[in-house]
Amino acid sequence: MADVLKPERPVGIVGYGAYIPRYRLPAREIARIWRGTQEAEVLPVDQKSVPGPDEDTITMAIEAAENALMRAGIAPEVIRAVWIGSESHPYAVKPSGTIVAQALGITPNVSTADFEFACKAGTEAMQAGFGFVGGRMADYVLTIAMDTAQGRPGDALEYTAAAGGAAFVIGPAEHSLALLEGAFSYVTDTPDFFRRAHQLYPEHGHRFTGEPAYFHHIVHAAQKLMEGLQRRPPDYAAVVFHQPNTKFPFKVAKMLGFREEQVRTGLLAPFIGNTYAGASPLGLTAVLDLARPGDRILVVSFGSGAGSDALSFQVTERIEERRTRAPLTQTYIQRAKSIDYATYAKWRNKIVMH
Amino acid sequence: MMGIPGNWRLRKQRYQLAGTRCRDCGTIHFPPRQVCPRCKNRHLSDFKLSGKGTVYSYTTIYQTTPKFQFFVPYVVALIDLEEGPRITAQLTDVDPEAVTIGMPVEMVLRKISEQGERGLIHYGYKFRPRLR
Repeated sequence: MADVLKPERPVGIVGYGAYIPRYRLPAREIARIWRGTQEAEVLPVDQKSVPGPDEDTITMAIEAAENALMRAGIAPEVIRAVWIGSESHPYAVKPSGTIVAQALGITPNVSTADFEFACKAGTEAMQAGFGFVGGRMADYVLTIAMDTAQGRPGDALEYTAAAGGAAFVIGPAEHSLALLEGAFSYVTDTPDFFRRAHQLYPEHGHRFTGEPAYFHHIVHAAQKLMEGLQRRPPDYAAVVFHQPNTKFPFKVAKMLGFREEQVRTGLLAPFIGNTYAGASPLGLTAVLDLARPGDRILVVSFGSGAGSDALSFQVTERIEERRTRAPLTQTYIQRAKSIDYATYAKWRNKIVMH
Repeated sequence: MMGIPGNWRLRKQRYQLAGTRCRDCGTIHFPPRQVCPRCKNRHLSDFKLSGKGTVYSYTTIYQTTPKFQFFVPYVVALIDLEEGPRITAQLTDVDPEAVTIGMPVEMVLRKISEQGERGLIHYGYKFRPRLR
């Protein structure tokens, strides 16, 4: 069996930060426009977060990263790489990382790159960060998972395609609030969801997105990591899965032998929707906000195309003083103003102006 | 409209509220100065403002140029920064009727405007009700 991914130098998360925009679009408001209000309707989430008209992946990444740097308590200049995972980079050509690193005071002695792997672009950047620090190329790396996802009007994905994400300062284990125990990545060519160049909205495989894509990849990544580390589901205080809706994380948890209580703290989709690359990293921040030293946390992302990264952490005593240095994820969740579909359509460029 | 070189030159002050501080009289300036307007000397150092402040006064914009039409209605405020300078900025993440004189605010980096669909995206400081 393939070995668990783990650098020789012990590494971990030194600081973390969340960001979720202020606005929410209730799922029933989308249903009102596109299918009428039906009796006993089952909607995938209660509401989704929507970026304000002056927000994008870059501005949101900056705020999450500021929070992560505040928790890490390190000077921006010691960060030697800024890697941003997203499927909604504002430019097709010009790295988001250049603007983010400049705004944070990290430039110019830094590597930056934008990562792309649908909803697992963020954990992909984290994996690279663990390797960069673990290989002693540098002591600190800033990785950011952020998205302002778009769903085609009237499509099933419009109910959930949301905005938000998280940032992590990756560093040496001796300064970490959560140690990386090991990681595992599992990837196949499975075209469950994709967007061609110059297209505004993605295409997806409807029912195909579940079994051979989401469930297959998450289950294999999680099982191989737990086997390699000789861990079992009861060893974990919490588990965070990619969360395209409310149902899938509970279902995959059951398949792997986790209880619902282990999933609940990191399951934010019912309140903010699917933040794509931001989803499982943001769930991890909500878990860290409440974690106790010694807790083990399993994070398993899923990115369409398709693949999963599984990451196993153990929380250290440094969590206690660092978590209060920046706003908690719940602060952003509760900072919520509902908008109607017309406002959403105006802000999200769905009105043709010519 | 400001071009690419102009935006590039102003990136530190727009992204980070980078001003100057007079080493002789201690006055802090924003935008940054070459000469201290108080004591007229040139002994200035770079100084990054904290971005915390309060609303001195404000107005709500309903009629604007096409560049800002997606933000209407929006509030433009005079903000007294904690370190002294008073600056003009757009408020964000706030309903106009909720804005009050003396309201504590903090800087956030947001999109200011775009040079059309093909051009540069301009980022810069705005202020919102204090969260951090």
